[in-house]
Amino acid sequence: MGLLSLAIWTPIVFGGVLLALGRDEQAGMVRWIALVGALAGLAVTLPIYGGFELGTSAMQFVEKSPWIERFHIHYHLGVDGISLWLVPLTAFITVIVVLASWEAITERVHQYMGAFLILSGLMIGVFASLDAMLFYVFFEATLIPMYLIIGIWGGPNKIYAAFKFFLYTLLGSLLMLVALIYLYNQAGGSFDLLTWHKLPLGATAQTLLFFAFFAAFAVKVPMWPVHTWLPDVHVEAPTGGSAVLAAIMLKLGAYGFLRFSMPIAPDASHEWAWLMIALSLIAVVYVGLVAMVQQDMKKLVAYSSVAHMGFVTLGFFIFNDLGMAGAIVQMIAHGFVSAAMFLGIGVLYDRMHSRQIADYGGVVNTMPKFAAFALLFVMANCGLPGTAGFVGEWMVILAAVKANFWIGLAAASALIFGAAYSLWMFKRVYLGAPGNDHVKALLDINAREFLVMALLAVAVLYMGVHPKPFTDVMDGSVAELLRHVAISKLK
Amino acid sequence: MIDNLSWVTAYPELLLLAMACVITLLDLSVKTPQRGATYVLTLLTLGAVAWLHAVYALGGESIMGFGGMIVSDPMGHWLKCFAALAVMVTLVYGRSYGAQRDMLRGGEWFSLSLFALLGMFVMISGHNFLVIYLGLELLTLSSYALVALKRDDGTATEAAMKYFVLGALASGFLLYGLSMLYGATGSLDIAEVVKAVAAGTERHQVLVFGLVFIVAGLAFKLGVVPFHMWVPDVYHGAPTSITLMIGGAPKLAAFAIVIRLLVEGLLPLAVDWQQMLAVLSVVSLLVGNLAAIAQTNLKRMLAFSTIAQMGFMLLGLLAGVVDGQGGNMANAYSASMFYIITYVLTTLGTFGVILLLARKGFESEEITDLAGLNARSPLYAGVMAICMFSLAGVPPLVGFYAKLSVLQALIASSHAGYIGLAVFAVMMSLIGAFYYLRVVKVMYFDAPAQTAAIEAGADVRAVLSVNGALVLVLGIVPGGLMALCGQAIAVLLR
Repeated sequence: MGLLSLAIWTPIVFGGVLLALGRDEQAGMVRWIALVGALAGLAVTLPIYGGFELGTSAMQFVEKSPWIERFHIHYHLGVDGISLWLVPLTAFITVIVVLASWEAITERVHQYMGAFLILSGLMIGVFASLDAMLFYVFFEATLIPMYLIIGIWGGPNKIYAAFKFFLYTLLGSLLMLVALIYLYNQAGGSFDLLTWHKLPLGATAQTLLFFAFFAAFAVKVPMWPVHTWLPDVHVEAPTGGSAVLAAIMLKLGAYGFLRFSMPIAPDASHEWAWLMIALSLIAVVYVGLVAMVQQDMKKLVAYSSVAHMGFVTLGFFIFNDLGMAGAIVQMIAHGFVSAAMFLGIGVLYDRMHSRQIADYGGVVNTMPKFAAFALLFVMANCGLPGTAGFVGEWMVILAAVKANFWIGLAAASALIFGAAYSLWMFKRVYLGAPGNDHVKALLDINAREFLVMALLAVAVLYMGVHPKPFTDVMDGSVAELLRHVAISKLK
Repeated sequence: MIDNLSWVTAYPELLLLAMACVITLLDLSVKTPQRGATYVLTLLTLGAVAWLHAVYALGGESIMGFGGMIVSDPMGHWLKCFAALAVMVTLVYGRSYGAQRDMLRGGEWFSLSLFALLGMFVMISGHNFLVIYLGLELLTLSSYALVALKRDDGTATEAAMKYFVLGALASGFLLYGLSMLYGATGSLDIAEVVKAVAAGTERHQVLVFGLVFIVAGLAFKLGVVPFHMWVPDVYHGAPTSITLMIGGAPKLAAFAIVIRLLVEGLLPLAVDWQQMLAVLSVVSLLVGNLAAIAQTNLKRMLAFSTIAQMGFMLLGLLAGVVDGQGGNMANAYSASMFYIITYVLTTLGTFGVILLLARKGFESEEITDLAGLNARSPLYAGVMAICMFSLAGVPPLVGFYAKLSVLQALIASSHAGYIGLAVFAVMMSLIGAFYYLRVVKVMYFDAPAQTAAIEAGADVRAVLSVNGALVLVLGIVPGGLMALCGQAIAVLLR
């Protein structure tokens, strides 16, 4: 069993054991087992980074064995520079979520933890699959635990949110399924992704495939105008669910663009790049403005996620190495920052049971330690140099200016909006005199919450100050992808 | 021409017939309210029959018996093996339900089920119009009686009447169609008919005229729109254990006669019947899925969902012959076979949970009766959720691969119309996902309305757990069952 298999199945096995054997009465033990499972899952991803060979675009840690003979589907795993960092990121966020939900979740703890661990394994499976059907199975299977997480532990309007999440994303992926089967037949009966990358396709076929993939991935990212499910779902989901959704699940869509849309339909990708850039800019500018007027902290961060993911898709479709590397860095950075933002809101919500900005004010007086962390994450969210948020956005903006000054200008304006909504929220929630008696009675974060915040703060700062380990691994693969996409595949 | 080989091909059926008679007689001396002795003997019989069929199927031979009236081939034996297992599981799930409702005063439930199964066996192995019709009547007559088994119950009696009248009409259709073909080709034997039709000497109009009636009769039995009217009423009205007896194993037999009559018998007319099936499946997907949304009764919802699922299964059957070329046949028919087998497996689990939750004086057939099941029993809620996600076609559950196979068969035809059908079918499964998810929602997100403990015998517990686990395990490793269907259809088409 290879390292990638271990990374996928370790959390799933732990999750399955928790689901099968956990009882409501043993919540304490369940939490510890979940933590051990999450840490074990993280531990097995570290050698993947350690053993990764730089300077090549080849797939590494490849595992391949037949799975479903009738359709020549293989259990085919591997990572390259594009997917490498997403694997440990997923495992890391899972550890964080298990820690962050320690006290917040008191009902059916074993099912909650089990669902998150299984979800973690499935998402790693998405990033590591080199067989399209294996990818699809993992991609779709993530819907089940997330649906249950939102629906069982969510807020008052959780049922609407759970259905919207499931059906909205299912709609997109079903169209992709038709596209996958079409490609299978075109490739003479193969679901092998790397074979598909070399498959010549006509212009019409490429356009149709591009939009079928677009339906699946744009909904997941989410891009404007199919982003409307995200704020609803974020508001209702439990804190851990929001964190995983923003940090990892959105990246499944962005990753899909890199692994499917661009290499399989390069000509269509170029042809429709204007549309993708336009939608990305709308997300960056318009959704940024929408974020500014939100009254609900979670909604605000949700809209800011859409805006930040706009940078990712913008970076992809500019087609130069700086933009693409920047977009991938932004994916990872947003994983840390958005998780931190949502967990920060969770800390407040656990104490006050409100997400309305108006219910807060002057939190810094009673929670100084927490406010310091919150300031750091807010700064990272608006892209302050020295934090993770800066690196990717800066690279993408630079690339955009290179490609076209006006695109760069529009993208850069997002930094202003980002600063505006993030800092304004910080001011209204944290600064000033205590807004009301509830705020006066707040207790600062405990050791466990401190640990969660500190781990994320280290990640955010480290990535901001020293992004080299992140960019180094992706150089080879990004260059290879761009070289591949530049060559027409028209028959 | 009845040679020794003929008897060999029919050993499992003979065993079943003999045991059905023995059990009917022995039951007269059984006095316990749960009919333990009858139950055990019936299960042993079914187990032995299923095992025999599996052994035959693994032989992989295609043998004709009784002068070409009976065929013994892997497809038939596998379907019969699974049908026997499905009846067995149905009896396990339904026994305490039946006992609580005075349905076990006599042993009819067991003996009628065995005779119904015998009818399915005859249908599946029949290679002659009259033999198939004979099997069909044996099955349906037993089913009418089964539906009316709760004889003091108004709804059940009404359902039985409705089933009988519409079922008789359908049989009439089928028989009329068969007689038209007999008139045109001069033979009842499928092998002779296909030769005569392929020769092209008969008048096309006469053949197609008969074909229309045959397809209509088959559509009745499968329960697809517009011949679906009986499905919701019978599913709803019949006692739940009988609903499962009708909605489970007989689907396998119905699939078999579709293959025997349309593929083996009338393949030269494929262009004609494929068009008819296309219409049937499109309207079934549409009506089944849309009507299911509006249901509050779980059994009615599942009835409409069955209509939609059968529509999806038909999509595989209509993708076999493209532009007069049969290259896609093995692919398409084995996809449908896989679909129907996994559908039956999932249906068994679904109704198993409903039967388990029913108590004396409480039917548990509204969707809201499942409220908070996860809090009452995570195991049963888990089984139900797995079945629902599987019916919705979400990976990694077996229902996904069933849909995948059928869609692949459609798209492999490289025919624009068929690809359009595939897109339509996935859009419909999106609608389907909504009402399946609603069941999961009720079980997991809502607070329990009932707090009564769920009582289940060790047999029900074990079988239900295995059933749920199979839906998941076959979803993780579906290769074996797919290969089995592929080989069975390959032998059939040889």
